[in-house]
Amino acid sequence: MTTAQASPAVRVGDMAERSFGPLTVTDIVRYAGASGDFNPLHHDDAAAKAAGFPGVFSIGMFQAALVGTFATDWLGAETVRRFTTRFKEQVWPGDTLTVAGSVTSVRPGVEGIAVEVDLACTRDGGGVAISGRAEFLLPNP
Amino acid sequence: MAPDAPTPVTFEVPVERGKIREFATATLSENPAYRTADPVIPPTFLTTAGFFWQSAESKAQARHGLDPRRTLHAEQEYVFHGPPPRAGQTLTATSRITDRYEKEGRRGGRLTFVTVVMEFRDEHGTLVAEQRSTAVETAHAPKENDR
Repeated sequence: MTTAQASPAVRVGDMAERSFGPLTVTDIVRYAGASGDFNPLHHDDAAAKAAGFPGVFSIGMFQAALVGTFATDWLGAETVRRFTTRFKEQVWPGDTLTVAGSVTSVRPGVEGIAVEVDLACTRDGGGVAISGRAEFLLPNP
Repeated sequence: MAPDAPTPVTFEVPVERGKIREFATATLSENPAYRTADPVIPPTFLTTAGFFWQSAESKAQARHGLDPRRTLHAEQEYVFHGPPPRAGQTLTATSRITDRYEKEGRRGGRLTFVTVVMEFRDEHGTLVAEQRSTAVETAHAPKENDR
């Protein structure tokens, strides 16, 4: 059941980072299809401009999912117990995103090791697009 | 929930292996855990339930009524009460508004926040996952990176 993706020796202050992109409109459209979110602001340039935007922009839940990809590649797909994202800035085609995480809490327990991480997704050359937190329950060694 | 709130209608959410693989690929994950015969779902996967499985009746119950031209996605949270659900399971879901509040925006104007919670139960009726989506209606139409 539980694959050994995460080291049991996670410590407070451990950090990891990964970049995604530059993101293309194709990346956004592929996510639209996978998720089912076909709001035209995210793939129809004319619709985005008519709504007052300079063009199409990414789906917030796409970059949230990229933060999820980063977090579960780091600490495990089966061990995640909570994943929270707060949307700060829009993301645009051409953006490269850097997702970084740091371990803020490690609590050993009977059911496993509860690990909490802070997450941030930053647009290269821009601001924080998403701030987040996640909790994992890692298996006891 | 308010005492007079109606009982939320339920809808079924079959968790499918191919959909998980498609979602993992679209979210740029190469994690082998999403490509086994019975993979768990990625952490934000249950967003697909609202687009592909939620009934019109359930959507009507959880309609926040905010003006779509002035409304932004503020926050999204997933809680898993154990390992995330996996392919082959059929979940039973409900959706309801749990919170609605107003506050003054930093740049003036009233902000209205609404939180919609989707609950997912397994075949035994055990609550296994929750999705909390918070939207915010701004006083003016959102502009580029204006939050």
